[in-house]
Amino acid sequence: MLKQAPDLRARNFNEVALGYNAKQAQAEASRCIQCPKHPCIDGCPVEINIPGFIKAIRDDDMPEAVRILKDKNSLPGICGRVCPQETQCEAICTLAKRKAPIAIGRLERYVADWERANMKSVSSSVKPTLTGKRVAVVGSGPASLTAAADLAKFGHSVTIFEALHVAGGVLMYGIPEFRLPKEIVQNEVGYVASLGVGLELDSVVGKVVTVDELLSNGYQAVFLAPGAGAPMFLNIPGENFNGIYSANEFLTRVNLMKAYMFPEYDTPVKVGKRVVVIGGGNVAMDSARCALRLGADEVYIIYRRSEVEMPARREEVENAMEEGIQFKLLTNPKSFIGDESGQVKAIELYEMGLGEPDESGRRRPIPKPGTEYIFEIDVAIVALGTRPNPIISSTTKDLETTRWGTILTDEATGKTSKPGVWCGGDMATGAATVISAMGAGKRAATNIDEYLRG
Amino acid sequence: MPNIHLFKVAAPNVAKKAQAGQFVVIRVDEKGERIPLTIADWDREEGSITIVFMEVGTTTHRLALLEAGDFIADFIGPLGLPTHIEKFGTVVCVAGGFAVATIMPIARAMRMEGNRVISIMGARNKSLIFWEGELRSVSDQLIVTTDDGSYARKGLVTEPLKDLLEGDEKINRVIAIGPSIMMKFCAKTTQPFGVKTIVSLNPIMVDGTGMCGCCRVSVGGVTKFACVDGPDFDGHQVDWDLLFARQRIYLDEEKRSFEQWQSQYGTHS
Repeated sequence: MLKQAPDLRARNFNEVALGYNAKQAQAEASRCIQCPKHPCIDGCPVEINIPGFIKAIRDDDMPEAVRILKDKNSLPGICGRVCPQETQCEAICTLAKRKAPIAIGRLERYVADWERANMKSVSSSVKPTLTGKRVAVVGSGPASLTAAADLAKFGHSVTIFEALHVAGGVLMYGIPEFRLPKEIVQNEVGYVASLGVGLELDSVVGKVVTVDELLSNGYQAVFLAPGAGAPMFLNIPGENFNGIYSANEFLTRVNLMKAYMFPEYDTPVKVGKRVVVIGGGNVAMDSARCALRLGADEVYIIYRRSEVEMPARREEVENAMEEGIQFKLLTNPKSFIGDESGQVKAIELYEMGLGEPDESGRRRPIPKPGTEYIFEIDVAIVALGTRPNPIISSTTKDLETTRWGTILTDEATGKTSKPGVWCGGDMATGAATVISAMGAGKRAATNIDEYLRG
Repeated sequence: MPNIHLFKVAAPNVAKKAQAGQFVVIRVDEKGERIPLTIADWDREEGSITIVFMEVGTTTHRLALLEAGDFIADFIGPLGLPTHIEKFGTVVCVAGGFAVATIMPIARAMRMEGNRVISIMGARNKSLIFWEGELRSVSDQLIVTTDDGSYARKGLVTEPLKDLLEGDEKINRVIAIGPSIMMKFCAKTTQPFGVKTIVSLNPIMVDGTGMCGCCRVSVGGVTKFACVDGPDFDGHQVDWDLLFARQRIYLDEEKRSFEQWQSQYGTHS
């Protein structure tokens, strides 16, 4: 069995997915027909030489598998766990139409985990010629770590500025321990640091230093990837009652501040007996599964469309269902009800129907009048997504933003309207995936490198 | 002075940028929580930030145990929007309790901008009065009160505030900083006189950079984040009951944490 059993894992924060052992890895790697077209590489946002590293596993040359994988991907232990391979490389695999696609994600994870366990020092053997150019990278999430690693490999001097007290961004505060162990994240951050990348924690760009100051104080280029870290709320009555969290707050308390170990770790979090999570994405699944592990008796996902429209990874929805999380689909909140002390006591819900598709291509949810009902709850978590945080755009001259508040960015190069400034990840696109942020980091690093070389 | 501490912290980058009204978020150690503390003063040359705090729970007790040469694990700032400084005319700065330290740079900045500054500072009793000289040195007039009359004028800070508003001199702006209940009553006192009153809200925070929404307050019926939209807000528009309620959410956990800490380290007065 490649996963912890549901009833066991629903009460612990240990990793759910168990990796391949050597035998399983070799067997799966041998199934790859090494087809000449290799569509898998086109399906990968960071263009990993997938057949290359799979062949190395098959031939039991693990150091070579590591070398090939890390040539393109600086964070393989992370990608091997959170990348939605099933919609990317695996979906397009030549074998996908026949038996079953190669489990590329599992093999990637196997290589990364093997490296961590077997290769003594994490540091890189790559020693590029230094260019004497300096780049400031804002944020230390997937886009930044990828850009920083590539820029360092190109020979530039890179400094990352991170607002929180630990590096990793959403990899640390957002994705739970049981999906992405924090030790692995820190290990991969360590790899990026070993390339010579400087790390300034507790540094909020836009507050302690502005982008303009970075550019006039010795940095020739700035890559902005602070994430789209401002929570979206429902804006319905009662949303400020105690016990109503944004998913960002809930997950930050649990994952970053380790509230699941309160009071040994001094940040508390509330779950009570019944928790509702509003939303249908990966963050909603993460929030629900954390709430369950924190001891809630009942956890419900409240989502206004139906199961097929849920944007969460299929695998995470299945994991959530196996763990006993319940789903109230085609349901939407109308208001929150609280008591005199300001504590939430119930949520008013109503039913939805599905109409014609909207701009996202999914069927439009339409309220069904007269279907309102009251549902008693202890805690609610609002996981509707995030908006861009204005701290940087409001303190940087000539940095154009879109009407959604994201930074206006050229998708192919990462260039913004401001000379010397690039952007990538959620701050450019709105909330998206780890791997798409990594792809943006890679493209920006390439373009910044061209710019710095004149 | 019981339980109130002034710490000077080496933080050159924060000191370079700090402005009156801003705050820092600190984490005492690896397992500690993140808490906001208002900046009381700064020295850009020396590279230091002065913070003031009262021992209330685990984190502040832990912080109080640090001595010169020790390290605070994380010290993030300057956060929040600085207090809006402008030549208003006559500005009354009201400080409740140990907020005398945090209002001092505001009074100083207002005076430097050309305002006539009248400051009021109040505490429960004489033993809790400090920085009287500091606040006097940046004010054109200083009124000191103690609830029990053990020093200076007996009464609450709202009493001399009301006297000033009823007096002949036109008051153009009031800044009130202190415990939430004190700020609420200062705002209530000034409301009938229509004098704009700025308060510095102190809800619970986690990141302090606007990414979690823990610090949300309601001002004029609109939800705002105290850490990025504030901490200064129009005192007449604040939903005080909501602030009080949201400040109480973790009372049980705070108690539990403190009891556990006390049992490990013995009582600390």
